[in-house]
Amino acid sequence: MIGSDVVIEHVGKSFGAFRALDDVSIGIGKGEFFSLLGPSGCGKTTLLRIIAGFEQPESGAVLLDGVNVLPEPPNTRRVNTVFQNYALFPHLSVFENVAFSLRLAKAPDATVRDRVGHYLRLVELEAHADKKPAQLSGGQKQRVAIARALINEPSVLLLDEPLSALDAKLRQHMLIELDAIHDKIGITFIYVTHDQQEALSVSDRIAVMNGGQVLQVGTPQEIYEAPATDFVAKFIGETNLYEGTIRSVSGQMAELDTAEFGTVYVTDDDPPPAGTRVSWTVRPEKIRIDLERPSSVRGGLNLLSGLVDEPIYSGFQTKFYVRTDQGATLKVIKQHADWSDEGPRIRWKDSVWLSYSAEDAFLVEVKR
Amino acid sequence: MKQGPGGLYAAPSILWLSVFFVAPLLIIVAYSFLTQGQRGGVEWKPTLDAYKAIANPTFLTVTVNTIVVALGATLVTILIALPCGYHMARSKRQNLLLLLVIIPFWTNFLIRIYAWIAILGNEGFLNDLLRFLGLTDEPLRFLYNRWAVGLVLVYTYLPYAILPLFSTIDKFDFSLLEAARDLGATKLKAITRVLLPNIRGGVFTAFLFTFIPIFGAYAVPLLVGGTESYMLGNLIADELTKSRNWPLAAAISLVITLVTTVGVMLLLRAGGTATLGSGGAGTKEPEEGAALPAQSVASAEGEPA
Repeated sequence: MIGSDVVIEHVGKSFGAFRALDDVSIGIGKGEFFSLLGPSGCGKTTLLRIIAGFEQPESGAVLLDGVNVLPEPPNTRRVNTVFQNYALFPHLSVFENVAFSLRLAKAPDATVRDRVGHYLRLVELEAHADKKPAQLSGGQKQRVAIARALINEPSVLLLDEPLSALDAKLRQHMLIELDAIHDKIGITFIYVTHDQQEALSVSDRIAVMNGGQVLQVGTPQEIYEAPATDFVAKFIGETNLYEGTIRSVSGQMAELDTAEFGTVYVTDDDPPPAGTRVSWTVRPEKIRIDLERPSSVRGGLNLLSGLVDEPIYSGFQTKFYVRTDQGATLKVIKQHADWSDEGPRIRWKDSVWLSYSAEDAFLVEVKR
Repeated sequence: MKQGPGGLYAAPSILWLSVFFVAPLLIIVAYSFLTQGQRGGVEWKPTLDAYKAIANPTFLTVTVNTIVVALGATLVTILIALPCGYHMARSKRQNLLLLLVIIPFWTNFLIRIYAWIAILGNEGFLNDLLRFLGLTDEPLRFLYNRWAVGLVLVYTYLPYAILPLFSTIDKFDFSLLEAARDLGATKLKAITRVLLPNIRGGVFTAFLFTFIPIFGAYAVPLLVGGTESYMLGNLIADELTKSRNWPLAAAISLVITLVTTVGVMLLLRAGGTATLGSGGAGTKEPEEGAALPAQSVASAEGEPA
C-alpha cells in the first residue's frame, strides 16, 4: 500500500449559523500519522467527514495526490474510515464485516478468504472470524473496524476518535497497536481525537483546532514546548499561563513585569519590544520545588517562595498547587525519581522554594 | 424451586383469550362441521357439507383473487411505508410526522371509504377536476374494480405499516449506512445490504399488520369493489346474511385463519423471529371480526375505526 498526501485548501463549512470550519488549510504528507486535536465542537470531526465524503464544504478543496476529491462520492474515494462507535454491521459475522467491500466488488471467494484471512491475522482476530460483533469486546470490535477499513487498501485511513469508547488501559494498548499497524502498512493516517495524550504519543504531526480554525500545526514536541497561542498552551498538557508586560529585552531573553510574580525572566526566539503586553507560560514539570532555598542562583533563574496549598500524590509523581508569597498559584509537578527524592516529604502547608530557568519559560501570545 | 405467583398473574389474560378468542374459534370450528339450519343457524347433525361446498370453482376464484389483492396491496403498502418510515426516523420533526400518520384514525373508517367514493366516483372530485382541466369529456370509471379496492386498502393500512417500520428504523444506527458507503457501497447497495437486513423485524411486522387484515377485508371490496374484486370476507358475509349457510361461512373463516396462520409461521421460519416487533402476529385479528356474524359493515371490518 502506498499513502497519499492530503492537502486541505481553504475549507469552510457552516451548519446553520454555526461556523464549523473557517478557512482551514492543512498539508499532510504521504504516510504521515497526522492528528486533528481539539475540544468537541472544534470542527475536527467535520473536517474528517469532509475528507471521507460524508459532508460537502461550502468552499475550498480537498486534494488527494493533487486531485480534488470533493466531487467524488464517498464510495469511490481511496479513503476509508474507522468510526467512533466502530459502526460494525450487526447482522454480519466478523469475517463478513471485513469482507464487506470485497463482496461489493464481487471478488471471487478464494480472494475473499485470502485477503480477509490476511487482515484478520494483522489485527489478531483469526479465531473470532465467525462471531457476530455483539459477541466481541470493545477492543476486538475496534480491531475488526480497522481490518475492515484497511482491506480496501486505501491510501488514507481516517480514524474518528477510535479509542474513545475503550477504558484507559486498553486505550494505551490499542494506541501502540495502531502505531505498529501504521509502521507496517505505511499509509497516511488522519487521526481525530480530543485527547492530547493520545495525539502526543502517536502522531508525526498534530493540528490543534478550536472554533473551526487551525491554531497550530507541528510535531508533538513543537506543540508542547512552543505553543503558538494561549489556547494551545492550555489545551496541551498542564501549564501555568499568565500575562505580563515586557520591561527589557536582551537577545532572546526578556524581563517581564507581572502582577502575580513581580519580575519574571522568559525566553523567545524573537522577543517583541519593551512595553508589549504578552502572555507567558511555564510547564509545571519545569519548576523545581525545594524545602531549602537553592544554594546557587544564576542569572535568569526565576526564584519564588510560597506555601503548599494542595499536594496531589499519584505514585510516580506529585502535583503541588503552591501559593506564592505574592498571592498567585503555580502548578508544580515533581517526578519521584528514586528513594532519595524529597518530593513525597513535602507536605500540605509546608513553605517551599520554587525555581525555574528563563529557558523553560516562554512567551506565547502578544496581547493588544 | 419455589413456585412464584406467576400463573396467577396470567389468569386475566388467559380468561380473556379463552372467552373472546379460543371459545369463538372453537364455535366456528364446530359450526363448520354441522348442518345448515333452515333460517340461518345450525342443526346439530355432523356433516362435511360445508367443506364439500368449498370445493367449487367460485370459491377458488375468490380465494385466488383475495390472495392476489392482499399480497399486491401489502407489497405496495410496504414499498410506500419504507421511505416514509425512513424519512420520519431521520426527521427532526418526528412528533409532527407521527401525528400526521395517526390523524386519519380520528375519522371513522367507513367515512374515509365514502370519502374515496366521493373522490373517485363518476360525479366525484377527480372526474370534476379532469373535466374542468379539459382532459376528459366523459367521466372515467375509477370505482368498482380491483384497482380501486387496492388503492383504498393501501390507503387504509399504510399507517399500520409505517408505524412498525418507523419504530424499527428509528432504532437503526445510521452511521452503519455511512460505513457501507465508506466501504464502497452505492446509496442503493447501502440500503439493500445494510439497512434492510437490520430492519427485517420491522418489515415482517409491517407485513403481518397489513396482510392479515387485508386478507380478511370486507367493507372495502364491498363499497368500492365490483364483482371481479369480490374477496373472501364478502363471501362469508353473503353466506351468513343471504344464503344463510352458517356452516359454510364458518368453513371459509377457517380457511382465512389457516392461510394467515400458515403464512405467519412460514415468515417466522424464514427468520426475523428474534426481532419481530412485540405483539406482532397475535394482537390484531381483524379477520376474526369479518368471520363472525356481521350486524353492520363497521363491526364486520373489525379493527379500523
